[in-house]
Amino acid sequence: MASSAVNRPASPAWYALVVALALMAMGPILVMISTSLKTRNQIFGDTASFFFMPTLSNYQAVLEDPSNVRFLTNSLTVALVSTVITLILGCMAAYAIVRFRFMGRDAASLGTLLMRMVPPAVLCVPVFTIWTYQYNLTNTLSGVILVYTAINLPFVIWILQSFIVQVPRPLEEAARMDGANPFQVFFLVVLPLIKPGLAAAAIFTFRIAWNEFILALVLTNRFTRTMPVKVSLFINEHNIEWGQIMAIGALIAIPPLVFTFLASKQIITGLTAGAVKG
Amino acid sequence: MTGRQFLNRATPYIFMAPAALVMLVALAYPLVQSVWLSFHQWAIGSPLSSARYIGLENYRILLTDPNVWASIRVTLVFAFAVVVIEVALGVALALVLDRQIKGMSVFRTIFILPMMVAPIVVGLVWRYLYNEQFGPFTTALKAMGLPVIPWLSSQDMALISVIIADVWQWTPFIFILSLAALQSLPASAIEAARIDGATRWQTMLHVKLPLMMPVIVVAALLRLIDAFKVLEVVYILTEGGPGLSTEILSLHIYKTAFTSQQLGRASALSNILLLIVTSLTLALFIFGKAREEAARRVAAREGA
Repeated sequence: MASSAVNRPASPAWYALVVALALMAMGPILVMISTSLKTRNQIFGDTASFFFMPTLSNYQAVLEDPSNVRFLTNSLTVALVSTVITLILGCMAAYAIVRFRFMGRDAASLGTLLMRMVPPAVLCVPVFTIWTYQYNLTNTLSGVILVYTAINLPFVIWILQSFIVQVPRPLEEAARMDGANPFQVFFLVVLPLIKPGLAAAAIFTFRIAWNEFILALVLTNRFTRTMPVKVSLFINEHNIEWGQIMAIGALIAIPPLVFTFLASKQIITGLTAGAVKG
Repeated sequence: MTGRQFLNRATPYIFMAPAALVMLVALAYPLVQSVWLSFHQWAIGSPLSSARYIGLENYRILLTDPNVWASIRVTLVFAFAVVVIEVALGVALALVLDRQIKGMSVFRTIFILPMMVAPIVVGLVWRYLYNEQFGPFTTALKAMGLPVIPWLSSQDMALISVIIADVWQWTPFIFILSLAALQSLPASAIEAARIDGATRWQTMLHVKLPLMMPVIVVAALLRLIDAFKVLEVVYILTEGGPGLSTEILSLHIYKTAFTSQQLGRASALSNILLLIVTSLTLALFIFGKAREEAARRVAAREGA
C-alpha cells in the first residue's frame, strides 16, 4: 500500500494533540449525556459538577409520556421502512445503470451531485403543497417515507454503482448460462457480492431519515410527528426541562452513534466515496 | 421475439423504473412545482386552483426587500466562514497527524461522531453550552473571573456562535478526507523529495499539499453545498435572531412559507437559493477540474 506516513514513533506531543482533539469532538456529546443524567437542581447548581449521582429519572419521565413513545416509534418506522425501500430500489437502479449502459454514468453522478445540492428548505414548500393538495399524504407516515426515499435514492444509486462495477462479469454470465433469468442473476449472484456497499448505503440512509427535521416538521401532525420535531417544540417552551430534553437528544443521538462504533469503516467509505477515488 | 428475449431487453427498464418513478414524483416534480408556485400568489389554506398568476412579482418584491438582502449576506458570510475555517483546520490537522499508528482508527471513529449526530441535537447541545445563566461555558468563564460572553443574545456574537457549532461538527469531515488523501499519495513522490534533501516542512508544503489539492477542492465543494443546506442548528440555537443577525436563507424561506404563509414568495426565494448554490457548485466544479488538469500537467512535465 502506498503510504506517505513514515513509521516514525509518535511523539508525546502527537498523542497530546490527538487526545485533546478527541476530547473536543466528544465533549459536547458527553455534556449532553451527563446533563440527561442529572436532576433539576444539579443542572441549575452554580458549580460545574463533574461528579454527581447519576439518575435515570429524566429518561423515565420521557418514556412514561405515551406521546414520546409514539414519536420514537414513528421515527423508527419511517427510518427503517424508507431505508429498506431505498436500498431495494437503489440497488436495482444502480445495477441497470452499470450493467446495461442504460444511462451515462457521468449523467448519473452529476445528477446525484445536483440532487445532493438541493437544500431541504427548498424542497419543503413544494413538497408540503403537493403532499397536501395533490397526493393527500400530509400527516401520514407514508408521506414522510416517500420523500425520504426520494432524497436518499440519488446517493444510494451513486455509492452502489462503485460496488457493482467491481462484481466480475464472468460470474454473472456463468449464472445466465445455467439458465438463470436476469432477476435471479441480480438477487442471487450480484446482491450477495455487494454486501459491504449495501451496509454503507443502509447506514447513511437510515441516519439521514432518522435525523431529518424540516420535512418532517411540515409534513406531520401530533400523531405522526417524529422525534426531532418533538425537540423543536419542546425547546421553545417557557421553562425548558433541560434534563428531559437532553434525554430526548441522547435517545435521538444513540442509534447513529452505535452504528459509528459498529461500522466506522463503512461510514468512512460512505463519507469519502467520490471525493478521494473520484 | 421469445419471452426470454423480451425479458432481457426489458430488464434495464424494469430495474430502473421504480427508482425513477419515486425520484420523478417526489423530487423532480416538487422542484418544477416550486418554479410554478414562484409565479403565483397563493396562501396556505385556499385551494391550489385559487393561485393567481402574477408573473415575476414575487421576485420583484423579494429583490427590493432589504431583509432578503440581509439574509443573503448572512448566508454568504456563514457559508464562506465555515468552509474556510474547516478546510484550513482540517487540512492542517491531517498534515500534522498523518502517522500510521494502530490506535489511529479508534481516534478516527471518535472524530466522526459529531457528524453522525442529528443537526437538531447539535443545535440542542450547543444551545445548552451557550446558555448565559448556567451553561458550561458561562460557568467556566465565571469560575475564572472573566466576563460572561453573550453567545446568542448579542447581534455581533450570535453568528460567530453558530459558526463555531458548525466548525465543531464538520471540521472532522475535511480532516478524514484529507487523511485518506494523504495516505493514498504515491510514496515515491515523498521519497524523491526526501532524497533531494527537502525538510519535512518543505515536503508538506511543496509535495503533499499540491498532490492533495484535488481532494481538498472536492471536500470544500461538498462543504460549501452543505453550508447552504444548514437550517436545524440555527433554528434551534437562535431562530434567526437576535434581529436578523443569523437569519440564513433556508430559515427565511421556512418563515416566509409557514409563518407569513406566503408560499409563492417562499418558492421564489427557494429558487434564488437554488440558483446561488448551483452557480457556486458549477464554478467550484470547473475550478476543481482546471486545477486537477494543471497538477497533472506539472506532474507529467516533472516526470519527463
